[in-house]
Amino acid sequence: MNVIVCIKQVPAKIKIEIDPKTGTLASGGVDRAINPPDLYALEEGLRIKEKTKGKVTVLTVGPVKADESLKEAIGYGADEAILLSDPAFEGSDTWATSHILSKAIKKLGQFDLVLCGKQSIDGETGQVGPMLAGVLGIPFVSLVNKMEELGQGSIKVMRMSDEGHQLIEMALPGVITVVKEINIPRIPSLRGLMAAKKAKIPVWNAQELGIDPATVGSAGSPTRVSKVFFPQRPGKSEMLHGSPESQVEQIMEKLRQVKAI
Amino acid sequence: MSADAIGDIWVVTEQRDGQTKAASYALLAKARKLADESQSKVAAVCLSQGVKDADQLMAFGADKVYLVDGPAADGWNDDVYAGELADLARRETPGVILATSGSLGSSVIPRVAVALGTGMAANCISLDFDPQSRMLVQTRPAFGGSLMANVIFPSKKPQVATVRPHAFKKGEANPSRQGQMIRVDLDKQSVTSKTKLLNVVKDLTERVRLDEAEIVVCGGRGLGKAENFAIVAELAEVLGAALGTSRPPVDDGWIPYSHQVGQTGSTVSPKLYIACGVAGSPQHLAGMQTSEIIVAVNEDPKAPIFEVATYGMVGDLFKIVPLLTKKLREARG
Repeated sequence: MNVIVCIKQVPAKIKIEIDPKTGTLASGGVDRAINPPDLYALEEGLRIKEKTKGKVTVLTVGPVKADESLKEAIGYGADEAILLSDPAFEGSDTWATSHILSKAIKKLGQFDLVLCGKQSIDGETGQVGPMLAGVLGIPFVSLVNKMEELGQGSIKVMRMSDEGHQLIEMALPGVITVVKEINIPRIPSLRGLMAAKKAKIPVWNAQELGIDPATVGSAGSPTRVSKVFFPQRPGKSEMLHGSPESQVEQIMEKLRQVKAI
Repeated sequence: MSADAIGDIWVVTEQRDGQTKAASYALLAKARKLADESQSKVAAVCLSQGVKDADQLMAFGADKVYLVDGPAADGWNDDVYAGELADLARRETPGVILATSGSLGSSVIPRVAVALGTGMAANCISLDFDPQSRMLVQTRPAFGGSLMANVIFPSKKPQVATVRPHAFKKGEANPSRQGQMIRVDLDKQSVTSKTKLLNVVKDLTERVRLDEAEIVVCGGRGLGKAENFAIVAELAEVLGAALGTSRPPVDDGWIPYSHQVGQTGSTVSPKLYIACGVAGSPQHLAGMQTSEIIVAVNEDPKAPIFEVATYGMVGDLFKIVPLLTKKLREARG
């Protein structure tokens, strides 16, 4: 099976700061890493490759420095990794990002399955997977927690649903997003790390992907972030004191006052 | 429609056993408010069959109710829902499409947005009508709730957004409100599916859904072992709360992953979150810090959970939690 895994490079630290001068995110000098939920998609891709003697190609849309995360993916065992990067892509929302990825996937040609993580830890939309399926016009299943069967032309997956779990058969090619429960990601092998060090990551720009720059980036994105701000935090925590009995009495009273119980 | 009309505001409702979920009613109340501010109309869209409370949707604010003749009653099919919703939206051209996050938001709504050539704002906690631009401003958390972003749609319509449970409150019913019931029979040929539901496995251990719960009781590593989850499960039961956990108990196999709150689990935003023996790693805080009231029980006064807690209780959870359960049970008779 030919598997494509879409990853995102995100800030490695969750604490973020707003640049007081520009009012936008201060991202300079921050360590970056593969979005943790995407590691489960990558691991699942590698397992499918090993079972079916297939191939894993990793894609990301991002700045030039995102090639570090793609090298890391090679270290885990991916066969190929391609960076989709162009100044015109800057400011792309989830819609535009899905379109860029879809162009790259079409350029790659034959594929069976696209895997994405549940969501990114920075934007936290979880939209790119389903939107990508929509753009490609192929089936989609979200929140897969178990790969039940890899068949010819279809797969059976277990997904988390509002009521529990659902066993779903999906025709290929298709897109799935996976959750942490699906596997335990491996540690890169020494051979993988050597391969990562030597890897040359191809970069595909708008022209090579046949993308009109006006349709992506800030200009082509249907949505725009008009403002970012820190949420209002209610005042400092109120610490209760006394014996367990006394603390329980106090908390009951507080929760009654605010009608929480 | 006047030139500056924002167009109909759609609420894609969700039903369970024919009954519309509380979260859909709450979203309907918000849509009503936005419609009154912007002189537009509210439509409730029902994709599932056998909806029993369609007239209630009108009493709670819908000017129109679309009853879509969906797939067979047992037949979950996100592909079909996405196709039907997109078809209906193409025909009726709403200005805004709102839905709850969760299964619908993670699977159906993004595909509808793409099909309509528009974008989407996911997991919003606030929606406001800006009279100047005559557009909706969507506010959504990012970076685990440590940052908020306002999202606008400068030129594309419809504006599509999903909202988190508990972001809005259910309104008051007005039984005299009149509305239009519209049965929609879509061309079945146009909606085909390449996915098939083979089996449904209901989670019997999970009585209350984590992301829909008004109260979440969370047990962390401080419980020490799997058996001790009974202590927090009892508290959850007496409160009618959902049972949550942090990452370590899941990794150690004490409790299934579906209970995990945090960066790699579920994001919850209940009215009351009670954290018992949870240290409060940044990854855990990312999944719960937008909760309205947070109560933390931990023996370590320096535990980071106390930084986000509304009320902190330093002490032995094995004493405090059973006592709290007992007192609550007594209070409820």
